Amino acid sequence: MGQITLNQVTKSFGDVEVITPLDLTIEDGEFAVFVGPSGCGKSTLLRLIAGLEDVTSGAINIDGKNATNVPPAKRGLAMVFQSYALYPHMSVRKNIAFPLRMAGLDKAEQNRRVEQAAAVLNLTDYLDRRPGQLSGGQRQRVAIGRAIVREPAAFLFDEPLSNLDAALRVGMRLEISELHKRLNTTMIYVTHDQVEAMTMADKIVVLNAGHIEQVGSPLDLYRAPRNLFVAGFIGSPKMNFIEGAEAEKLGAHTIGIRPEHIAVSESDGPWSGVVGVSEHLGSDTFFHVHDTGLADTIAVRADGEVGFRHGDRIHMTPRADVIHKFDAQGMRLP
Amino acid sequence: MARAVTTRRKVITTAAAWAIGLLIFFPIYWTILTSFKTEAQAINDPPLFFAFNWTLENYAIVQERSDYMRFLWNSVILAGGSTVLGILVAVPAAWSMAFVPSKRTKDILLWMLSTKMLPAVGVLYPISLLFVQFNLLDTRIGLVMVLMLINLPIIVWMLYTYFKEIPGEILEAARMDGATLKEEILYILTPMAVPGIASTILLNFILAWNEAFWTLNLTAAQSAPLTAFIASYSSPEGLFFAKLSAASTMAIAPILILGWFSQKQLVRGLTFGAVK
Amino acid sequence: MATQHSRSAARLMMAPAVVLLLGWMLVPLTMTLFFSFKKYLPLRGDSLERGLDWVGFANYVRFIGSSSFWPSVQATLIIVGGVLVITVVLGVLLAILLDQPFWGQGIVRILVIAPFFVMPTVSALVWKNMFMDPVNGILAHLWRFFGAEPVSWLSDASVQSIIMIVSWQWLPFATLILLTAVQSLDSEQLEAAEMDGASPLMRFWHIILPHLSRAITIVILIQTIFLLSIFAEIFVTTGGSFGTRTLTYLIFQRVVDSQNIGLGSAGGVYAIILANIVAIFLMRIVGKNLDR
Repeated sequence: MGQITLNQVTKSFGDVEVITPLDLTIEDGEFAVFVGPSGCGKSTLLRLIAGLEDVTSGAINIDGKNATNVPPAKRGLAMVFQSYALYPHMSVRKNIAFPLRMAGLDKAEQNRRVEQAAAVLNLTDYLDRRPGQLSGGQRQRVAIGRAIVREPAAFLFDEPLSNLDAALRVGMRLEISELHKRLNTTMIYVTHDQVEAMTMADKIVVLNAGHIEQVGSPLDLYRAPRNLFVAGFIGSPKMNFIEGAEAEKLGAHTIGIRPEHIAVSESDGPWSGVVGVSEHLGSDTFFHVHDTGLADTIAVRADGEVGFRHGDRIHMTPRADVIHKFDAQGMRLP
Repeated sequence: MARAVTTRRKVITTAAAWAIGLLIFFPIYWTILTSFKTEAQAINDPPLFFAFNWTLENYAIVQERSDYMRFLWNSVILAGGSTVLGILVAVPAAWSMAFVPSKRTKDILLWMLSTKMLPAVGVLYPISLLFVQFNLLDTRIGLVMVLMLINLPIIVWMLYTYFKEIPGEILEAARMDGATLKEEILYILTPMAVPGIASTILLNFILAWNEAFWTLNLTAAQSAPLTAFIASYSSPEGLFFAKLSAASTMAIAPILILGWFSQKQLVRGLTFGAVK
Repeated sequence: MATQHSRSAARLMMAPAVVLLLGWMLVPLTMTLFFSFKKYLPLRGDSLERGLDWVGFANYVRFIGSSSFWPSVQATLIIVGGVLVITVVLGVLLAILLDQPFWGQGIVRILVIAPFFVMPTVSALVWKNMFMDPVNGILAHLWRFFGAEPVSWLSDASVQSIIMIVSWQWLPFATLILLTAVQSLDSEQLEAAEMDGASPLMRFWHIILPHLSRAITIVILIQTIFLLSIFAEIFVTTGGSFGTRTLTYLIFQRVVDSQNIGLGSAGGVYAIILANIVAIFLMRIVGKNLDR
C-alpha cells in the first residue's frame, strides 16, 4: 500500500515561503513525477514527504495515517538520492543490507533479500566490490537495490539520473519504468527534465515557485496545458507563443502552437519567414524561422529530411485544431 | 606542473633544496649527534662531525638523574588524555555544526576559536587559584582538563572541516534506512571520517605534547611532563652539551617521528580548511 | 536535513563543548577583571578571605605608566613583526623552490618541517647553549674560524636572537601552508602568462603572489595569535632581560615573581584586549572562508 496525501502543506525557510499551501494525492501504485524548473520547490516537496524536512504547516498522510511528525525511518518510504548516497566504506552487499541490518533482521534473511535484489538489478557479480569501483549506472542500481530490499510503501527518487551520461540515462529510465511495472509500488520521481516526466509518469505534477501549476497524465498536459507556464514547459522543442493581431483574430490574448503542428512549404501558407538555423536530425528537421512578423522566432518541426537552408523564405501553415488559446492572465481559454 | 624540466635545472633545484633542507634541519641533527659524544668532544673546536667515539652514556646519566620515564609517561598521559577527551566532546559538536547548521553555527564556531586567542598569561592567576581550590595543582587530571580545553576549539574546527566534506545526503540515506542518530554517527559518519579524525588526533597530540605554558606553571614534581623535564636543564646543566642533547633528543624523538608520519594530513587541519 | 528532531539533537550534542568552553572563558576572565580592580599583594598579607581593597583603575594606570610597559609593547611588536617578515618572505621563496621538481622531494620536505615538532623549551635550550653560547656554541666556533670575535648572542643581540629562534620554529608552518597554496595554482594559468610573454619575475609578481595572498594572510594571522603569547622561548633563554621582556612576559613577572596580582591582572586585561583586536581580523578572514 502506498497512498500519499498532502493536505494544505506549506514550507518556509526563515521568511521565504518555498511551498505555498498545497494539496495533492498520489494513489497507491502510481508513478508520479514532480517536474519544474530549478528552485520550484520540487525537491523540497519530496524531502517533506520523506520526513527529512519538517512541514511548516499542513499534514502529510501515508495510507490514511497522519505521518506529519513521524521520523523518516518510520514512514516506510525508501529514497534514491541524486548523488546515490552510497556508503563508500561498505561493500555493495553491506550497502544493500544496511536498512535490513538497521531493522534488526537476522543474517540469513538479510542475505536472502540482498541476493534477490541483486539478481533483479544485475548486481550479483559486484556484491563484494566497493561503490568506488563501480560505474555510475551500477552505483545507481545499488542505490535502487538498497531501496527495494526494504519493500517500502513508496519509492522516492530525487533526480536520480542527472549524474549519468545521456546514453545511460535512457537505459536507466527504462529500467526504472520496468521496475515500477513489476513491483507495482507507488513511486514519486523528481526531475527537471520534461522528457523523463513525459516518458515515465502516470501522473505529472508541474511545480513552479512553490505551487502546483497542473496535475495530470502526460498527454493531458500535452494536449490541454492549463496555462502558459505548463504549455511552455511541457513539449520539446518549446511551444511557440504569438501575441497581438494574429491572436486577437481567434479571440485570445496569446495563442500557442507546437513546432510539430506547423506544416512548411515553399509557397503556400498564411505565415512566412526566413530560415535561420536549421537542425537536421535525419528523423526530423528543426527550423528556426525569423522575420515572420509574429514572434522573434518561430520553431518548426518537420518530419524526415526537409531541404530548406539558411536564408530561404518559407511559408507555414498551423494546424487549426491544435492551436492553444490563452487570456491576458495566461490561463487557457476553452 | 606537468611540464618537462631540463635535467640541468632539476640538478640545480635539487642542490638548492637539499642545502636549505639540511640547513633547517641542522640544529636537530646536531643535537642528536652531540647526544652520542662525550662532554669533551661535544665542545671540541673545531666541531666533530663524525670522527668521535659514539657513546650511550649520556642517555644513561640523564635517565638516572631525572627519571626520564616518569616525565615521558606524564607527557603521554597528558597529551593522550586531553586528546581523547577532546575528541569525545568534539565529535558530537562537530556533527551538529556540519550537518544541522543554523544561523548561529558560524558565530559559535568563531567564538570557539576566539577562546583560543585568550592570552594564557591573562588568566594564569585565576586558574592557579582554582587549581589550588580544587586540589588540582600538580595533578594529571587538572592538566588534562586544561590541555583539553585549550585545544578543544582546534579539535572542533578540524573535525568540522572534515565532516563538511562528507555529503549530507549519505547521512540522510542512513536516516531513511532506519538508522538512529547513534547508529548514523557510529556506522556511517565515523568510518567515513577516519582519516580526518586520525589527523585531528595526531595534531592535537603534538600540540598538547609541546604545550609549554600551563605545563610549566601548573606542575611541580608529580605530574610534570617532558616540557618541564627539559626546562630543568636550562641551567646550569645546560652547559653540559652532551647531556643536554641526550635529554633533548629524548624529549622530541617521539613527537618528531609521529609528526613526520602524519605531516600530510596535518596541513589541512592546521589551516582550518582555509587553504586547499 | 533540518527537522525539529535533528535540530534539538544537534543542540544537545553541541552543549558539552559550548558549556565547557564558556566556563573556561568566563570564569577566569571574570576573576581577572575582578582582581584588576583590587589591591592584591599576597606577600604583603592581602588575602581573599579578609577581603581586598577596591582601587578602581589604579592598577591599569600604574601598569601602563610603569617604565617597563612601553618597552614591553615595543619588544612584543618587534619580535612578532620580525618573525612574521622572516617566515613569510622565506616561506614564500621556500614554497616555490620546493614546488619545483627535484630528486628527494619527500625527504627534503620532512627535513624542512621537522622544527615544527620540536617543543619550544627544547629548541630554546638547544639554540641558547649549543649554538649561541659565546664560548662553546657552534656559531662561536664558526666566528672564530673566520677570525672574528664570537658574539654574546643572547645579551648583545638578544632580540635578534629570539627572533631567529622563533623564526626557525615557525618557518616550517609558513612553508607548509604556502606550499599547499602554491600547489593549488593552476599551471595552465602560468602557461598562459608565459604564452603572453611574461618573464618569470612578472609571473611571480602578477600571478603567483596574488594567488598566495590568502594563504599569506592566514599564515600571518594564525602565527600572530601564537607569537603574541610566546613564553617558553623567553623563559628559557633570557628570562626577559636584555630588552626581550614582551607584554606576556611582563605580566608573568608581575604575577609570579613580584606577586602583584592586581597589577598583573590589569596587564592581563590589556593583553586580552590586544589579542582581541588581532582576533577580530582573523575572524573576519576565516569567517569569509566559511561562507564559500
